[in-house]
Amino acid sequence: MHTTKLTARAAKRLPSIIVRRVSFDEVAVAKADRKWQRRWNSAVVEPPPAGGHLPSIATSEILRTTRDGALRTPGLTFSDEDASGSSSTIIGGRETRKMNVYQAVRDAMSIALSKDDSAVVFGEDVAFGGVFRCTMGLSEEFGRERVFNTPLTEQGIAGFGIGMALMGHTAIAEIQFADYIYPAFDQLVNEAAKIRYRSGGQYNVGGLTIRTPTMSVGHGGLYHSQSPEGFFMGASGLKLVIPRSPIQAKGLLLRSIRDPNPVIFMEPKILYRSAVEQVPVDDYELPLGKAEVLVPGSDLTVLTWGTPVYHCETALHMLNSPSPALEGVIPKSLRSAKVELIDLRSILPWDVETITESVKRTGRLVIVHEAGMTAGVGAEIAAEVQKRCFLKLNAPVKRVTGWDTPVALQYEKFHIPDAIRVLDAMVETLQY
Amino acid sequence: MASLARLRLSRTLPLRGVRTIQTSADTTQLHTTAPTDPAEPFTVKLDAESFRSYKCDGPELEVEVTKNQLLTMYRQMQLMRRMEMAADALYKAKLIRGFCHLAIGQEAVSVGLEHGIVPNDRVITAYRCHPFAVLRGGTVAGVLGELLGRKSGMSNGKGGSMHIFTPSFFGGNGIVGAQVPVGAGVAFAQKYMGEQNATFALYGDGASNQGQVFEAYNMAKLWNLPTIFVCENNKYGMGTSAERSSANTEYFKRGDTIPGLQVNGMDIIASLQAVRYARNWAVNEQKGPLLLEFVTYRYGGHSMSDPGTTYRTREEVQRMRSTQDPIRGLQRYIEEWGLATEQELKQLDKDAKAEVDAAVAEAKASPEPDVADLWTDIYFKGTEPPSMRGREREEVCFVSYIRGSSGN
Repeated sequence: MHTTKLTARAAKRLPSIIVRRVSFDEVAVAKADRKWQRRWNSAVVEPPPAGGHLPSIATSEILRTTRDGALRTPGLTFSDEDASGSSSTIIGGRETRKMNVYQAVRDAMSIALSKDDSAVVFGEDVAFGGVFRCTMGLSEEFGRERVFNTPLTEQGIAGFGIGMALMGHTAIAEIQFADYIYPAFDQLVNEAAKIRYRSGGQYNVGGLTIRTPTMSVGHGGLYHSQSPEGFFMGASGLKLVIPRSPIQAKGLLLRSIRDPNPVIFMEPKILYRSAVEQVPVDDYELPLGKAEVLVPGSDLTVLTWGTPVYHCETALHMLNSPSPALEGVIPKSLRSAKVELIDLRSILPWDVETITESVKRTGRLVIVHEAGMTAGVGAEIAAEVQKRCFLKLNAPVKRVTGWDTPVALQYEKFHIPDAIRVLDAMVETLQY
Repeated sequence: MASLARLRLSRTLPLRGVRTIQTSADTTQLHTTAPTDPAEPFTVKLDAESFRSYKCDGPELEVEVTKNQLLTMYRQMQLMRRMEMAADALYKAKLIRGFCHLAIGQEAVSVGLEHGIVPNDRVITAYRCHPFAVLRGGTVAGVLGELLGRKSGMSNGKGGSMHIFTPSFFGGNGIVGAQVPVGAGVAFAQKYMGEQNATFALYGDGASNQGQVFEAYNMAKLWNLPTIFVCENNKYGMGTSAERSSANTEYFKRGDTIPGLQVNGMDIIASLQAVRYARNWAVNEQKGPLLLEFVTYRYGGHSMSDPGTTYRTREEVQRMRSTQDPIRGLQRYIEEWGLATEQELKQLDKDAKAEVDAAVAEAKASPEPDVADLWTDIYFKGTEPPSMRGREREEVCFVSYIRGSSGN
């Protein structure tokens, strides 16, 4: 008991190592990807690379890497938009800048701090920029009274933020890793979620936003690669959001900060540096509670959020144009299947309408998430979908998830669903 | 069992030679004669053993009071006790359901606190919250209505015993210790906004062993917040005596670098003086947090399902009631100092009883919340999920339903 706790704390104290390892990993992934491309063109079947065929996020077609594409993000509304102006002229005047996820998150907090005097950012090491650099320079820009370090006090941080929000403040708290949110679980579920109800509407902590890095990093192990979103599903009163990209992160975070309910905002940590887009520099928001259809289709719905969005995208490509190694296992009849890819984005409350509308059209659903299967978010969605779409379903709802084990340090890549496992599930569901 | 009881008793005996606080309710002295003008302040002197201090000098023993103030305190303490007794009766009549924790015997803390602070100071406490809710701007009928789960309750009947709030009272709280870091956050916001106020975060001797209490101490001291940590030491955390749960039972010394003050919480004048001292410490002198420990006693069990006699003797409870009762103590001051006659005080007792009786009738007459209220106050109005599930099969609320039936 003592040793494991100490190990976790010790790991916290080595943020730079973790950050460096992330970037090292990207290089490795990119290298593997080039090899993959070479193999793609050759007829010789080689054994796969040790790390598996993980594609680079950098080449994703989902990411909006042009200014025009960025400004046409569905649901994007500029907060300073003049309601009378036509959207085309407004888009014409907007600037974008190349940002990764941590820069987009920082940008959102910078806007929140400059527009709202009561906004405060705090958490472990945030004044130094945070372990993932999301708060880089904010303390210098807005002062140490507004952007400050807390002790290693997760339960205290959550309680403290709740107290501030009760006083009408905008409290933006960071829990350094989603894995450390468990000590704060009581404060979030018993206090933040319930205060509006139990005070008969007199008090609320709508000003509270808890930011926390989530999901796997490839080698995070037991206490740095978990996805705890499912544990909050029963906490009515809370909202929970997971963005997939820089544009999404900035717009959803600004909306979360301003939402009149407490929001837990989980940022997929592997995407902090690897997902890069042109991000509008102005103040804009994206709606909570709305899923986004990334690739339209009619034969199968694939639903996911966070990091696996990109694995699913790869799996779609694999299905439509399999590599020589995969050709033998993908029936020709399935290669023209039109698969609809949906990013759920808001986990609580989740967009029942968009999902059920899609499944009623396609008749098939595969849900992909990194957390374990038993009572994960996918369980709730599968249950609701089978109830609402029962007569339209052509196959059982399939879940591709982490295993029901701790996220072990060894074999983490085999624990987390990758493109091959998603592809396998798609083939199985399409053939059912 | 008899030998065990003896053993337990011997553990609670104070060690010889160690100075202990005295908890008599009637040892304060008036050396002159009280003025005839009820608003004119006069000075009384507390017993030398009313306080023990840690890393601070502690308050003066000379306390300024007025006749009006003492009579108001007497009336309020009677009202609080009558209200809690009414709650006890309503619970036993099965009209109050769920959990209910009463503060009979601890009136000198709640009333003393209210008289030492200003309306815009903030208070937050745990489940023994009824008196604070009334004193901080609520009503007896509002509290009893909440306990009964009626619409007229201060949280519209949606919270219950531990969930009563006013604009300056951040409520009772059912999770042991959870309110303490929340209190630190409230104090931070006060400081940030430049308010000349303090936050009093209350908890019991049982809660004082929760990790987050220490997390809050550390943050409050680190950032010099105007948080007064108030430990109501009623000697038992549920059924476990302080000695059996805490390695250090001197709760006022547990703040490490935070100075502390142990207070005779049975003498309301000592309580008042301690709260004034703490407020001055945090607000006027801006010295940051302070830890106040009120040594007090609860006459009843921990909650309604606890008879309160399995872990302590009936004699102990009886002795506290008959010799150290805070209301009787104040009554004695008022009579001895010639501020009011026994007859006049009896009239105040009667008035308190009548007020509580009327409040009980008012609360009972109020209807229960509407069924639609099950789904309100979960999310900010207009941002609810499209549907929410209820208690029974097929009991699902659609947002259009909430909006329609609440008349908005």
